[in-house]
Amino acid sequence: MTTDAPTASAELGETVINIDRLNKWYGQFHVLKDIDLNVKRGERIVICGPSGSGKSTLIRCINRLESHQEGTITVDGIELTEDTKHINDIRREVGMVFQHFNLFPHLTVLENCTLAPIWVRKTAKKEAEEIAMRYLERVKIPEQANKYPGQLSGGQQQRVAIARSLCMNPRVMLFDEPTSALDPEMIAEVLDVMVGLAEDGMTMLCVTHEMGFARKVANRVIFMDGGQIVEQNEPEAFFNNPQNERTQLFLSQILQH
Amino acid sequence: MTDQNSQFVPIPDRPAPATTVGPVAWIRDNLFGSVSSSLTTLLFLYLFFTYVPLFIDWAILSANWTGSDRSVCDANREGACWTFIGVRLEQILFGLYFGSNPDQVWRPVTVFIVFFALLIPLMMERTPYKKWLALTLLIPFPVLFYVLIHGGSFGIPVADTTQWGGFLLTFALAFVGILFALPLGILLALGRRSDMPVIRAICVTYIEFWRGTPLITILFMASVMLPLFFPAGVEFDKVVRAMIGITLFQSAYTAEAVRGGLSAIPKGQYEAAMALGLGYWRRTAFIILPQALKISIPSIVNTFIALFKDTSLVSIIGLLDLLNMAQTASRSLEWNGYDMEGYLFAGFIFWMFCYGMSRYSQNLERKLDTDRRH
Repeated sequence: MTTDAPTASAELGETVINIDRLNKWYGQFHVLKDIDLNVKRGERIVICGPSGSGKSTLIRCINRLESHQEGTITVDGIELTEDTKHINDIRREVGMVFQHFNLFPHLTVLENCTLAPIWVRKTAKKEAEEIAMRYLERVKIPEQANKYPGQLSGGQQQRVAIARSLCMNPRVMLFDEPTSALDPEMIAEVLDVMVGLAEDGMTMLCVTHEMGFARKVANRVIFMDGGQIVEQNEPEAFFNNPQNERTQLFLSQILQH
Repeated sequence: MTDQNSQFVPIPDRPAPATTVGPVAWIRDNLFGSVSSSLTTLLFLYLFFTYVPLFIDWAILSANWTGSDRSVCDANREGACWTFIGVRLEQILFGLYFGSNPDQVWRPVTVFIVFFALLIPLMMERTPYKKWLALTLLIPFPVLFYVLIHGGSFGIPVADTTQWGGFLLTFALAFVGILFALPLGILLALGRRSDMPVIRAICVTYIEFWRGTPLITILFMASVMLPLFFPAGVEFDKVVRAMIGITLFQSAYTAEAVRGGLSAIPKGQYEAAMALGLGYWRRTAFIILPQALKISIPSIVNTFIALFKDTSLVSIIGLLDLLNMAQTASRSLEWNGYDMEGYLFAGFIFWMFCYGMSRYSQNLERKLDTDRRH
């Protein structure tokens, strides 16, 4: 059923995230079933699947926005448990970009980017601002630094959200449907930034339906349905020669358009 | 069709038709837009021109402003007797002690000058060092208030709290109530939304208890019952008891106002803050509270305005606030019969402060509205 992780791992580093027989329930509802996933440094994974398949829940377990009931998740050598200190240690190293951006509307773009470095990483304010400006340049909106998120377009807001995460210098970036809430004209500018990140070797887990993006940057595409990993493979093999019937059906439906 | 390489040429904007803009169009649309609208407008104009000139004549044009006793007013009953207010001003504003010791009036006057000197710049947009001004208002100012009003040190004669009254007392009760109820209310609101059931239960019980009890009852309890809980001989100051009662009562209302703001914060804000590794208190202090308080400004100020007016209830435990002091003055032998002027004056002072708070809160809302700032 599931194929092995891609063989391209020769160029990849050590394990960053290891998920072992993960199970999660919402009340009586079994959302994640026996998930095994190993992510190596520099790996870029795209997770796709129908809504309700558990893909968002899976990546939200990695920084403990959701707690799990069975199995283990180890991030950067630290196992996720109830321990608040461990949770915050992991969150510091794992950046997350949300579907609805979730920028802090009462803070300027620059303040959005410097808040966590100053208070969590204890970076000096001036240094944090320099770092923030560097990342805002990288996402191509340094001129918006002193505006409020409400004054920016959706695409610009999402790029700020990416810069905000990068300012914490994370070892892994999680993307939870980063382009799903954007107008068509703005999707490209966000994907461009993400492709740039991938080229720089950032370890990425990305829940998305942007199959062009998956083809272009992913080392591995994972297809989920009903809370389990149905199939995973390198993008070429995944798109051209899906093994599982369910995957074939899903791909035929989303690639028609 | 158009040729293949045609360019997109925007059509320039034109002004709106002249009949739909300007004052005449506004009056036609808003005051005489329909039959019922025209009737309402006419009825309002009729009432306005019937009663407002009468009031203005009584209150201003024919009013008595001069003199030092009631003979002036008794001679001219057509107008209001502001002479009474002028003669008894110190008593109504600062209470019986300062009313009967004119040489001590500088004490409350200094306190209020300092208060407004701190408050007015704080309310203006571009004042520098606001943080320090606010801090001065919160800590050194109450000390100054106590030193000057209560006296007893630096050779200032004692005016203990039993002699506090008038606007001075209203101010002291409301200031203390607001100062302590706000932080307490914020903590209670956070506690009510806590993940820990015990904390949540304590906060819910506290809020529901104080919110479900009338302030009059609380003041009675503070005055009559509180001493029963302490050993005989421990004398609790009456004003302090009222302050404690008011603060406890007010904090429950403030908590509910803040909770309204807290529940309006989208879940994504918590998640984004968590994902950045911010712990509970930093998340609360930097992300959640600034947004929640902004949303709850109107309801918080609403509870403050209610509190400011409710301080009059302390008459039930024998304290004379602004309203009761005005009433007392107008029932004195010298001024018996001029109640209306006393009530109007007290009402006007209450209104000035409440309206000030209301305007300031509207200003603050506008200033903090970063969502629509362009």
